[in-house]
Amino acid sequence: MNFSWFQLVAIAPEIVLTIGACALFLFDLAIPKHEKDKLGYFAIGILAVAFYGSWKLAAVETEIFSGMFTLDPYATYFKMLVYLAGAITILLSMTYLEIEKIHLGEYYGFILLATAGMMVMVSAGDLIMIYLGLELLSISLYIMAGFKRHESRSVEASAKYLILGSFSSAILLYGISILYGIAGTTNLKGLGAFFAAGAVDNPGLLLSMSFLVVGFGFKVAAVPFHMWTPDVYEGSPTPVTAFMSVAPKAASFAVFLRVFAEALGGVKAHWQPILITLAVATMVLGNVVAIVQTNIKRMLAYSSIAHAGYALIGIIVGGGLGTMSLMLYLMIYALMNLGAFGVVIILRKGGMRGEDIADFTGLAKKNPVAAVIMLIFMFSLAGLPPTAGFVAKFYLFMGAVEAGLVWLAVVGVLLSAVSAYYYLRVVMVMYMREPGRDFDLATSPAASLALIVTTLAVLFIGLYPAPLIDATKAAILQVP
Amino acid sequence: MVPLSYYLTLGAVLFVIGVVGVLIRKNIIIILLSIELMLNAANINFVAFSHYLQDITGQVFVFFVMTVAAAEVAIGLAIIIALYRNRSTINVEDISLMKW
Repeated sequence: MNFSWFQLVAIAPEIVLTIGACALFLFDLAIPKHEKDKLGYFAIGILAVAFYGSWKLAAVETEIFSGMFTLDPYATYFKMLVYLAGAITILLSMTYLEIEKIHLGEYYGFILLATAGMMVMVSAGDLIMIYLGLELLSISLYIMAGFKRHESRSVEASAKYLILGSFSSAILLYGISILYGIAGTTNLKGLGAFFAAGAVDNPGLLLSMSFLVVGFGFKVAAVPFHMWTPDVYEGSPTPVTAFMSVAPKAASFAVFLRVFAEALGGVKAHWQPILITLAVATMVLGNVVAIVQTNIKRMLAYSSIAHAGYALIGIIVGGGLGTMSLMLYLMIYALMNLGAFGVVIILRKGGMRGEDIADFTGLAKKNPVAAVIMLIFMFSLAGLPPTAGFVAKFYLFMGAVEAGLVWLAVVGVLLSAVSAYYYLRVVMVMYMREPGRDFDLATSPAASLALIVTTLAVLFIGLYPAPLIDATKAAILQVP
Repeated sequence: MVPLSYYLTLGAVLFVIGVVGVLIRKNIIIILLSIELMLNAANINFVAFSHYLQDITGQVFVFFVMTVAAAEVAIGLAIIIALYRNRSTINVEDISLMKW
């Protein structure tokens, strides 16, 4: 056992976030009801400090705590992503929480704790850490999903998420236990060395791999483990939905890739066909069922299932190009999905729920700016140039073609065309229909800032993707 | 000495009972208990492997799992109470405000 102060420096961002979250729970008691915004800005400050810490540690590549915790550019990239998602979510939340009369300091605390959980996940060097990070994230999200505790739908979403989330964690854990029995270690590098050493012909391996796929499949909402997604996304408070559709998904994909490339890379021939089946089923079901939705949160839930299907292609392709395209995709998806949910959030005011697609009728006539912003995000989610969504899908499908999976790329492109139907329906409703009512948007400086940042980012990456692509290339996961 | 396979069979049986319980029982509290069974099935595997491999990792893992399970149950019961206050039921068949 050797302990050095450097180990504490390396996990300083996680420590800062955890202490910050605990401080928020305490400050909440002292802050009067109408000034809870301050807590939101405090949480953003904590995220900024952690961001600075990760920025300073960006070049460091090390393993600490006996291989439990890995600090590498790959982890740092995803940490930056979750900081960004957390900060944008907080900016979008403040007015919404006030309108819903659930403006409590705990909300920001749980966002920070969930962020800390995701950071542990993406930095994990051992299956124990993956499990702990995943549970810290999940437990925070169960609470956040039920934050509107006097509204039946929100509590129902929370209960469904709790049951299916812990069910999937238990399956994942059982898979880990079998993997431990086969290889005699839970360290990812150790597992990688074990499976690379020779042909492993063990029926238990296939069993444990299936359990891992089921567990991670639940977390990223891949078909057929997606049943919880639409209900939970619809019932949760909208900013929480926005948060959980991007950040946990990105972190889960990061871990998914790390486990399957680093620990199980030697037996890729076994898991690749499973994931290809999953990816195709996910893309088909997500895109087709999204067409018939009338609630926009439900539609975006099915769209997020479809996007999980596209992202799975990145893991299937693997290697440098697959990893890079997955990282690029998750960053861009986070920006555009947060933006799209942002517009849904500012539609919520007074008696308006703003959750039906019909509620967007004629928005362009009454509030052209909000309509243009929504238009950009819908174009981007559909993958049309010149938005960032096009760049993201381009690299994923290019990776599939280079890996010899041309048919998979063709399926993806065809289903993207299907997806254009339901995304553009929102645009059509906004621009082609006459407004039946006045729009009174819940705009605030904070929410506007979040929307401006995401819109500009989506357009900028769409027109000039080189900086982000270079960033992902520099942070590719190094598999021995 | 009890062979390893006995422990693994016990774990597998517990796990299956847990899965079936989650899938067919209607009461949320029973479902939560079934999930606990699944976690403990994994724990039995960990301890058995740990003993037979003469490796301490599995036992360390079990301690973490027990801690997390306790936290999960605490949150779970809180959510069930919130649900009961809203809907006066904890039967999963009645929790169906949202479906497509």
